[in-house]
Amino acid sequence: MEKQRYNISVFTENTIGILNRLTIIFTRRHINIDSITASETELKDVYRYTIVLHETELQVRKVVGQLEKQVDVLKAFYHCDAEIVYQELALMKVRLDENRMPELEQIIRKHNARLLSVSPEYAVFELTGHEEAINHIVADLNTFDLLEFARSGRVAVTKPMKTLEAFINELV
Amino acid sequence: METQRITGAEAVMKCLRFENITTIFGYPGGAIMPIYDALYDYQESIRHILVRHEQGAVHAAQGFARAGGHTGVVFATSGPGATNLITGLADALIDSTPIVCITGQVASHLLGTDAFQETDVIGISMPVTKWNIQVTRAEDIAPALAKAFYIATSGRPGPVLVDITKDAQFGLTDFHYEKCTEIRSYRPVPVPDRALLAEVATLINSAQKPYLLVGQGILLSHAEERLLHFAEKTGIPVASTLLGLGAFPADHPLYVGYLGMHGNYAPNLLTNECDVLIAVGMRFDDRVTGDVSRYAKQAKVIHIDIDASELNKIIPATVAVHADANQALEILFDLVQENQHGRWLQQFRELEAVERTEVIEPAVFPDAEKLNMARVINELSAWNKRHHDLIVVTDVGQHQMITSRYFDYLQARTNITSGGLGTMGFALPAAIGASLARPDKTVVAIIGDGGFQMTIQELGTILQHGLSVKIIILNNHFLGMVRQWQQLFFDRRYSFTEIVNPDFVTIVSGYRIPAQQVDVGHAFSQALETLLKTEGSAFLECVVEREENVFPMIETGASVAEIRLN
Repeated sequence: MEKQRYNISVFTENTIGILNRLTIIFTRRHINIDSITASETELKDVYRYTIVLHETELQVRKVVGQLEKQVDVLKAFYHCDAEIVYQELALMKVRLDENRMPELEQIIRKHNARLLSVSPEYAVFELTGHEEAINHIVADLNTFDLLEFARSGRVAVTKPMKTLEAFINELV
Repeated sequence: METQRITGAEAVMKCLRFENITTIFGYPGGAIMPIYDALYDYQESIRHILVRHEQGAVHAAQGFARAGGHTGVVFATSGPGATNLITGLADALIDSTPIVCITGQVASHLLGTDAFQETDVIGISMPVTKWNIQVTRAEDIAPALAKAFYIATSGRPGPVLVDITKDAQFGLTDFHYEKCTEIRSYRPVPVPDRALLAEVATLINSAQKPYLLVGQGILLSHAEERLLHFAEKTGIPVASTLLGLGAFPADHPLYVGYLGMHGNYAPNLLTNECDVLIAVGMRFDDRVTGDVSRYAKQAKVIHIDIDASELNKIIPATVAVHADANQALEILFDLVQENQHGRWLQQFRELEAVERTEVIEPAVFPDAEKLNMARVINELSAWNKRHHDLIVVTDVGQHQMITSRYFDYLQARTNITSGGLGTMGFALPAAIGASLARPDKTVVAIIGDGGFQMTIQELGTILQHGLSVKIIILNNHFLGMVRQWQQLFFDRRYSFTEIVNPDFVTIVSGYRIPAQQVDVGHAFSQALETLLKTEGSAFLECVVEREENVFPMIETGASVAEIRLN
């Protein structure tokens, strides 16, 4: 079975240590997590983790079974990229060089990046998009002095029309 | 519901009373002193067994839980007290044993400061508990413990740990206990899918060579009787995993034996000949399956388990049923047709005869002077067939496999062993727990000379509490299972498996337990009778053949069909 990129969504109660309970499942199986994000969902006290990894479907299915087995996990799913709408956010802090301003402007326009803050020495701008789009702007910036770079990791919502509330109502 | 203001420590005791806990295994220390102080006032209703090491407390609680069908409760202090629990927790998790561990913790304002006897118990125990929680306020103790008991005992049981800071133990709270019966994110008992079970029944009804594999799930769901009726109605041969031994009576005509690496010949071999394999409450451990790519490939596999993550984990199922074993068998019973599979059963009997001639007879009836492991266990089993009074607790290694092979378990919950984790040192403390859970039974611990010395200090627990455990040491002066592997797979390079032992009889006598040693075959029967007829605890060291091997054997990487007889 071929490895490919999968997105695991885990919905949990908001308890201390739950993140650790989730990640040790990956550690134990020697699976690397490419990105992980966490935030509160549309339901109060229900948290959503989006975990991106490169694995075989069989292994992903087993991992999802182990995640769901955790007492404080409400539900876990996995999807391939085609089944979700996903996005990532990156912040870039670039040293300003007066001679190259037109070039920088061109890059910002080309990638549809958004300027957030400017000072005499640097500018901070933002790009949201798929990981590849962010990789591209970083590549274009490689002759500039990139002072800081941070990316959020993937957030995703699924395409099938079922609300989280519906899933949770099925549980109780 | 009553409401009164009490300390967190007393709240712990009241919670235990609400959960009908009458026995605790534990060891006091600084961070759990308030709870021990509260326990002082509850001695009439709660018996506390002071162990000699916290690992012993968990294993004793495991033995208590598994022999009696109760929840085992453990007290330990912070730091080393808590870290000493880890092996037992891991054992209880992999062998699905309901345990509630309550650990003391440093005061909440000291958390994370490297305070005296502070460890991250929640972090350390996370991979080896079904659930754990740290409580820092007295008012949170009752809800935490209510959840702990519910989680430990429901669904697939397992160990939980509740870590209580010292200030929470001292703090005052209104006490109100409400038993936990539901958690939003946790559905322990699935609703069996009747349509799937109808499919299962169709497969079973049309099968020519159906085969039932049963595990501890039968015992945990109290499905022994349903299994018996189901097997008798359908005429399907039944084999058992290590932890399932006793779930189906070994003397029943449909029972075909013990599965796995050192199991019986027929049940392993014929796994690759059945046409419908019905696995109930078992998880296809690698010691059962051998090479999974050559495991029951010809068969349609029906897998029934209460833990959804076990389904399709190791062996892909034709029909995977997420259900409690008892409920599933109850529904299936009405859907299956009465049947007999005489010719198929005959295949098992023919292979059994081969094993009997080639392995069993020479092992259990050696010449008169010889004392070997199989002889010891065979005679013990013969005693049990006459008296029906034994619970057998085994440790890990050759003696464990020999016992599983040669002891005929006739009743549920009479087999207690460390299966999944293979924890040497398990048996002596587990036998202590079993003896407290089942005072009506004679608890026999069978232990190797290696494992005995891993928790030998629990003899002190037996002494202090006047417990009744019959201890049989099978002493071959080797770490025998490893030695066997060295002989077979490492060119007889006996790397650090020979073990120089102390005079066990002297040591055990020091704990005021009547002790004897036997080293010749003809003297064994009398020695065994003396052991079993002694009031209270007694000890028998059997000096057995030094280099006896356990056969049959499925080598690592081999298929179940490649099981070798010698």
